Amino acid sequence: MDQLINDFSPGLFIMQTVILIVLIFLMVKFAWKPILNSLNEREEGIQGALDAAEKAKLEMQNLQADNEKLLQEARAEREAMMKEAREIKTKMIADAKEEAKEEGDKIVANAQAAIESEKKSAIAELKQQVASLSLEIAEKVVKHELSDSDKQMKLVNEMLGDAKLN
Amino acid sequence: MKISFYSIKFFGLLFSFLLTLNGFANEGSDNASQGDERINTENEIKEYIQHHIKDAHDFHLVSYTNDAGERVHVGFPLPVILYGRDGITTFMSSEFHHDTEGKVVVEKNGSRFVNYHSKIYELENGASEVAFDADKHPVNASRPLDLSISKSVFGILVIGLLMLWWFSSLARQYKKRSIPKGFGRVLEPLVIYVRDEIAKPNIGEKKYRKFTGYLMTVFFFIWFLNILGLTPLGFNVTGQIAVTAALAIFTLIIYTVSGNRDYWIHMIWMPGVPILIRPVLALIELLGAFVIKPFSLLVRLFANISAGHIIVMSLVAIMITLKSEMTVFGSTTLSFVLALFITVIELLVAFLQAYIFTMLSALFIGMAVAEHDHEHDSDGTHELSDAEDVRADFI
Repeated sequence: MDQLINDFSPGLFIMQTVILIVLIFLMVKFAWKPILNSLNEREEGIQGALDAAEKAKLEMQNLQADNEKLLQEARAEREAMMKEAREIKTKMIADAKEEAKEEGDKIVANAQAAIESEKKSAIAELKQQVASLSLEIAEKVVKHELSDSDKQMKLVNEMLGDAKLN
Repeated sequence: MKISFYSIKFFGLLFSFLLTLNGFANEGSDNASQGDERINTENEIKEYIQHHIKDAHDFHLVSYTNDAGERVHVGFPLPVILYGRDGITTFMSSEFHHDTEGKVVVEKNGSRFVNYHSKIYELENGASEVAFDADKHPVNASRPLDLSISKSVFGILVIGLLMLWWFSSLARQYKKRSIPKGFGRVLEPLVIYVRDEIAKPNIGEKKYRKFTGYLMTVFFFIWFLNILGLTPLGFNVTGQIAVTAALAIFTLIIYTVSGNRDYWIHMIWMPGVPILIRPVLALIELLGAFVIKPFSLLVRLFANISAGHIIVMSLVAIMITLKSEMTVFGSTTLSFVLALFITVIELLVAFLQAYIFTMLSALFIGMAVAEHDHEHDSDGTHELSDAEDVRADFI
């Protein structure tokens, strides 16, 4: 202890104190402050860049997910549309078939009705013509038969004979 | 050239190794001519180590005797600045002619000065020669305030300028590029290390900025000076108790000035402790803050560095002390291996002591500026709830 106190040099202490104060002041002003500021700036820059990259990555992921979703939706929509179209197609075909059948049936029925009525009228006409033709023939025959009195007499006799027989 | 055995400058081991070999080579022929300046016995070695550990007034590297038989001292003198009875006196240390025994008297401005064991004494009026008492203390001389640019001050200045140069050039590099190159690339991680491993964790994210300048200056100052002490130049700056004391007192002042209210409350009137114990605790805390903490700082650094120097020098001295038992080759090899080993450890110690000093400074500052939110909040709410209970009782 005595040795320590003896070794303590007040002059050196004062010099060291003064130099250290000056040194701290100069170092802070010319070295530490600019260095620490630059380091902080750089670190903030790096952190900012990393954050931005992370953000960009996230956004990219979101975007991709969105894209995927959109694609899925589009696909689903297309599917739905196709299905609908198919359904519509089948329905339309079925409807058309139905309608065509109905129409056909109707036409057939109409035609049949028309044929029936035509037939009926034709038959009627035929009947009428046959009748008139028969009358005409009969008239002509009768006219011809009754042109001479012998034959008239004969016919009357025949008829009378028939009548008798009956 | 005949190199005498005087010059074992201890910290460049290779240097001293070669030097010593040369010394051995010439030993036989030079023995007679320079008996009194050589260091051969144990006491002389002890004295030499003591001498080295202390500060010096000149920068002395090596001495040898030239062909003409004269002692040649390699080195240069440093200015001596004294504040004595007659005001300031300055002269170059070369006026002492390398004398540290108080024999050469320098007379300036009517005052007489002697250099005794690297300390400068001012002789009392009328005395022409220094006189000693039984304990070898000068009796007719006083010590003036010695503001010399001594070897230590010179080392401090050199390191200070180097630090300023290196780190300000690093700072200037950032203006041009964000990643430094060259030597700056070596310094930058060290700066980041001190900031992230010493300042931030001990002081806290919010307040560290204010103290980082001091901590960094002190860290690099101590570390570089420790390393300078391991060079063959023979500096022992951080082993000077005045230097470590100044550093410790800086830390003391900083944590005392920046101590917040909580710090002082916890020191003087510790909450949460029985009233009777509080004064005792306050005494202990005050003693701890103002004596023990700075004292531990200054003694740790001083003792570690001085011890390192003494060990390395003693190991180098094995060359001489064991020469007769182990032959020249054996003692030199042993001393070289051991000293090399210890020097490598000292390199680690140089860093470690700088780290410990800075880390403890940061820790003390951190303790002084820490916010004790939790304890005080709970205290406050306790009192508040008590008061509400009382009020509730009244209503």
